[in-house]
Amino acid sequence: MNANIILAPILIHLITAVISLFLWGRVLPQKILSLIGSLLVLISSVLIFFLNQKWGSIIVFAGNWKPPYGITFVTDTLSTIMLLLTAIVGLAVSIYSHVAISTSRIKFGYYPIYHFLLMGLSGAFLTGDIFNMYVWFEVVIISSFVLLTLGGKRMQMEGAVKYMAINMLASIIFLTGIGILYGLTGSLNIADIGTKVRTIENQGLVQVTSLLFFFGFGIKSAVFPLYFWLPSSYHTPPSAIAAIFGGLLTKMGIYSLLRVFTVIFYPDNFMLNFFCAIAIMTMITGALGAMNKKSLRRMFSYLIVCHIGYLIAGIGLYTELAISGVIFYLIHDIIIKSNLFMMTGIIYKIRASTDMRRLGGLYKDYPKLSFVMAIILFSLIGIPPLSGFWAKIPFITESIHEGRFVLLAVILFSSFVTLIIISKLWSEVFWKDLPKPNPTEIDKFAPLKLYEKISLVFPVLLLASITLYIGLNAGAIIKVTDKVAYELLHPDIYIESVLGKN
Amino acid sequence: MELLLVFLIGLLYSSGIYLMFRRSMVKLLLGLSLLGNGANMLIFLMGELVKGEPPIIGKSVSMFTGAYADPVPQSLILTAIVISFGLQSFAIILLKKVYAITGSDDLDYLNVQDQDI
Repeated sequence: MNANIILAPILIHLITAVISLFLWGRVLPQKILSLIGSLLVLISSVLIFFLNQKWGSIIVFAGNWKPPYGITFVTDTLSTIMLLLTAIVGLAVSIYSHVAISTSRIKFGYYPIYHFLLMGLSGAFLTGDIFNMYVWFEVVIISSFVLLTLGGKRMQMEGAVKYMAINMLASIIFLTGIGILYGLTGSLNIADIGTKVRTIENQGLVQVTSLLFFFGFGIKSAVFPLYFWLPSSYHTPPSAIAAIFGGLLTKMGIYSLLRVFTVIFYPDNFMLNFFCAIAIMTMITGALGAMNKKSLRRMFSYLIVCHIGYLIAGIGLYTELAISGVIFYLIHDIIIKSNLFMMTGIIYKIRASTDMRRLGGLYKDYPKLSFVMAIILFSLIGIPPLSGFWAKIPFITESIHEGRFVLLAVILFSSFVTLIIISKLWSEVFWKDLPKPNPTEIDKFAPLKLYEKISLVFPVLLLASITLYIGLNAGAIIKVTDKVAYELLHPDIYIESVLGKN
Repeated sequence: MELLLVFLIGLLYSSGIYLMFRRSMVKLLLGLSLLGNGANMLIFLMGELVKGEPPIIGKSVSMFTGAYADPVPQSLILTAIVISFGLQSFAIILLKKVYAITGSDDLDYLNVQDQDI
């Protein structure tokens, strides 16, 4: 087995993006190339996942420089799961983009930038070097700036200013954290830092540094005081772009938090209380923000914020079961949030609006499509036996065990609010009669050719069936997430796999 | 020298944050670049300043003896400078475009899309 295979997702995305650049302005070849590239990435990610399950961590030393000197690429179960999810969502959005992204946007380089974005995400999940992670973050945010502003409408520009300013600030905070950490330990390799941080006498400084990391990643994953950039930018780009942003970008922050706060830092009681407080505020503000929104995409943007709160709450509980719940929720959330935005795109295609007051009668006109959307929405609420239900159980049981009853109350409250919002959405969009008498005039979905319809509906169907699989086969998923949680809470496994046994 | 750098870094961070709180887009941009420079200086300082000792092993010896300048922070800063150069040039173009569309450089006028809920 050649260990270099773990670089395949990064390299395939890079090659796809570069060839797309040479096909500048030629729409059909770019579309086909993107499809092939995403498929290859999916195949290699599945392969990496199973290789990692069978043989344990796979490690590549860039330039054969052994750690702690060179840059290492490491897989463990968590990073292979994230890689797999990125590949799945990447493929789905790539298919969806064929029809959902207008020709003019494709001509101005949608596909190359899209693959650079996915390359950055794969790199961030694979790297074992903290500064290299910063570089991958920058690759991701600069690609996301371009995707967000592509098209140049006024609304997009306004959203992009906020998005850009706050994300650059987050990167600078992250960089500051790296600088101080380098000063403290003299190393950049995550595993090596992990061993050296424990021997530092001045643990107060370590805690302050960990706060810098928390805010750097927290801004990127839209936690409580600094989430405002998300709802004011995510509804502006086309649905396909919003799908990839909503599914993956915020979760990259959560992944990094999990990595940094298990291998490098050990959150003490103060930090755990702090996590829980932030989680509570995130859930409350996200839930209340979503309640009064009339536009579907704005509502889903606030729901992203609300559900990031669960993930932070799980990290705040910091028990093995809670971390396992976080991973399960992460898997569930990436699939479902991407799917929600793609679903909204189809609704927009049918009704030329995402405003709930102007929508209605979807169940009457498109019963089969509505059934698929019902699966997505019910999973989001967490109606048993769908995936959201299994994801929330560990949070509830663990917050009882840990005696954090306020957290418990807020988790239940925000689940309840999600239920209210989705039932309101269901009655407004699907059951209510359409306010306008002639739905056929605005319907741009029905006149599409068959392959165009398939290109829009197939990705939604694919992700919905994955959601169903997660829900109905939860036992198998929980086995994997338990393994991840065990690995995360025993960081020596990660450190030993990188540095070798001493 | 270290003390001077510490004060400089503090000044860069505080003025950067202050400028980010202003409503003008140009000041926002200046604030971001000051913050970025502050972070670079911080990394430089963290590598410990060593004068006139390049990290090159001489012909007559086989390993380092004594202190030498740490090359890692310098390469980190180089990378960070290149990245922030790219980001800032994008930001300048973006803000220019926003100014062309909205006709104002006041960030308070960028809330048109937030008015409809």
